Amino acid sequence: MAERITRADVEHVAQLARLALSEEEIVSLSEELGAILDYAAQVSALDTHDVPPTAHPLPLVNVFRPDEARPGLPRDEVLAAAPSVQDKRFRVPRILGEEP
Amino acid sequence: MTAYETVIGLEVHCELATASKMFCGCPNEFGDEPNTNVCAVCLGLPGSLPVLNAMAVEYALRVADALNLRVPERSVFSRKNYFYPDMPKNYQTSQYDEPITIDGWLEIDGVRVGITRAHLEEDTGKSQHVGVGGRIHDAEFSLVDYNRAGVPLLEIVSEPDIRSAEQAKRYVEELRATLLAVGVSDVKMEEGSLRIDANVSVRTPGSPEFGTRAEIKNLNSLRSLLRAIEYESDRQWSLTQAGEKVVQETRHWDEESGRTISGRSKEEAHDYRYFPEPDLVPVEPTQEMRERVRASMPELPAAQRARYIEQWGIGAEDARVLVDVPGLAAYAERAVAALPGDSGGSAKDVVNWVRQEVLAYINETGLSPAVLAPEMLAELVALVAAGTISRQQAKDVLAESLRDEKWPRTIVEERGIAQVSDEGAIADVIDRVLAANPNVAEEYRAGDEAAKKKKWGFLMGQVMRELKGRGNAQVINRILEQRVAGE
Ligand SMILES: [Zn+2]
Repeated sequence: MAERITRADVEHVAQLARLALSEEEIVSLSEELGAILDYAAQVSALDTHDVPPTAHPLPLVNVFRPDEARPGLPRDEVLAAAPSVQDKRFRVPRILGEEP
Repeated sequence: MTAYETVIGLEVHCELATASKMFCGCPNEFGDEPNTNVCAVCLGLPGSLPVLNAMAVEYALRVADALNLRVPERSVFSRKNYFYPDMPKNYQTSQYDEPITIDGWLEIDGVRVGITRAHLEEDTGKSQHVGVGGRIHDAEFSLVDYNRAGVPLLEIVSEPDIRSAEQAKRYVEELRATLLAVGVSDVKMEEGSLRIDANVSVRTPGSPEFGTRAEIKNLNSLRSLLRAIEYESDRQWSLTQAGEKVVQETRHWDEESGRTISGRSKEEAHDYRYFPEPDLVPVEPTQEMRERVRASMPELPAAQRARYIEQWGIGAEDARVLVDVPGLAAYAERAVAALPGDSGGSAKDVVNWVRQEVLAYINETGLSPAVLAPEMLAELVALVAAGTISRQQAKDVLAESLRDEKWPRTIVEERGIAQVSDEGAIADVIDRVLAANPNVAEEYRAGDEAAKKKKWGFLMGQVMRELKGRGNAQVINRILEQRVAGE
């Protein structure tokens, strides 16, 4: 059995993902996330010491494109898709806290 | 000797000079109209997929060779997750636990500074904070330009091996020269091609433990780097002396106030939840890729400096300037090659002119040495060596030659300033002057120090007048010496 997902874990992850969760959601998600981890934990019952960790199911490496520039999308089209625009730039709400 | 020791590690972000971005074909150009170099991939539009730029990998391998880095068999890209509008995807594609290069070093004045890793990542967009004062905390909103989002960066992370602000500056200078030499970046700090974060801590000299460090961001010039490290280490030492604790945090360098300011980082700011980028397959640099890079590697700055010092007999500082200023060494080499063998001018003479007049001209005009004609400088050096013009005259001639792209010999002819250096001609004049003033030589020899000086000046003046001011002073002095003092 995997470690229990606590209420604090859910709140922390929600904060990182900028999700506002209701009290009920926090409770139900703690249980659901716990169940998902339990499911994934079944893998630990297997002997995997000969299996290299992988993030890709495909046996592919070194997929490159040549360094050739081509024009981007028309700016008006790009900006038309944005909720707010000013001076040919994307206008975004005031940013609080630290720059990454 | 200061009371404390500063411990510094640097993270240098170097924009790679590829034609296109790292994961899409948008042009990698500085200074274009905002949001003109963007596409579905670098805007993170749904359904778009990144494909890695082969040149970015090749550039990383070039840097690996130059900085003695190891290239592991395999490297992978990871997503660095955070919510900030400088990346439209809400993550930055970077490398985390399997970077493309690890464990290298760069030698600075005989000391090896370890390099932990150099990894590939994409640059972010540029935000402009609008509101009172333009500062982020006062901003009402921000305007974002994504032209820079997705430009390939190599982040070069040093070990905490640096011990002073001055050494940090030297490290960046050497790194910059190296990156320029291997042709991976234009290294223009003023355009953000090279950006530095500094991890700074202080401790009692000789202490085996590191102090708590602060990470200083926003160091965009060597001057900022120097000042910020000096300020921050003083600040930390004062805290420690007062019995207070240094907080591990991000601080921002404020150029105007000359202070570092707490970034007020939130606890979870560094909780980036890295995970492998599922849209990009691993990179496994092949032997063939590495051989190709190795075969095309140029001479590195350290070797280049050593060669100039040995072959040209110039000083270490001269060699450093030649190598550090883009294009200057190539210009000097071509000028030295263009020196006529029998001119009497030396490579050292060429370098003196390059370091003084040519460098001043470049700094003043902002021109690249590549657009100047080194053959013209070679001709000037030859003219001085032959005594055709004096060093003083040569300064003016060179200034005009650089400005108007004119051959020095042409300028000398036009101005009619060629010196008379012919020994026979000068000896004739001296003999005429001595004959016309028969007592002066005698008075010179009999006179005291002051009288000697006066008589010598008189004779020089007479000879120069006969030669219409164009006599070579050195030659006149030498022959006068033989005729007057020597007897
Ligand atoms: Zn793009």
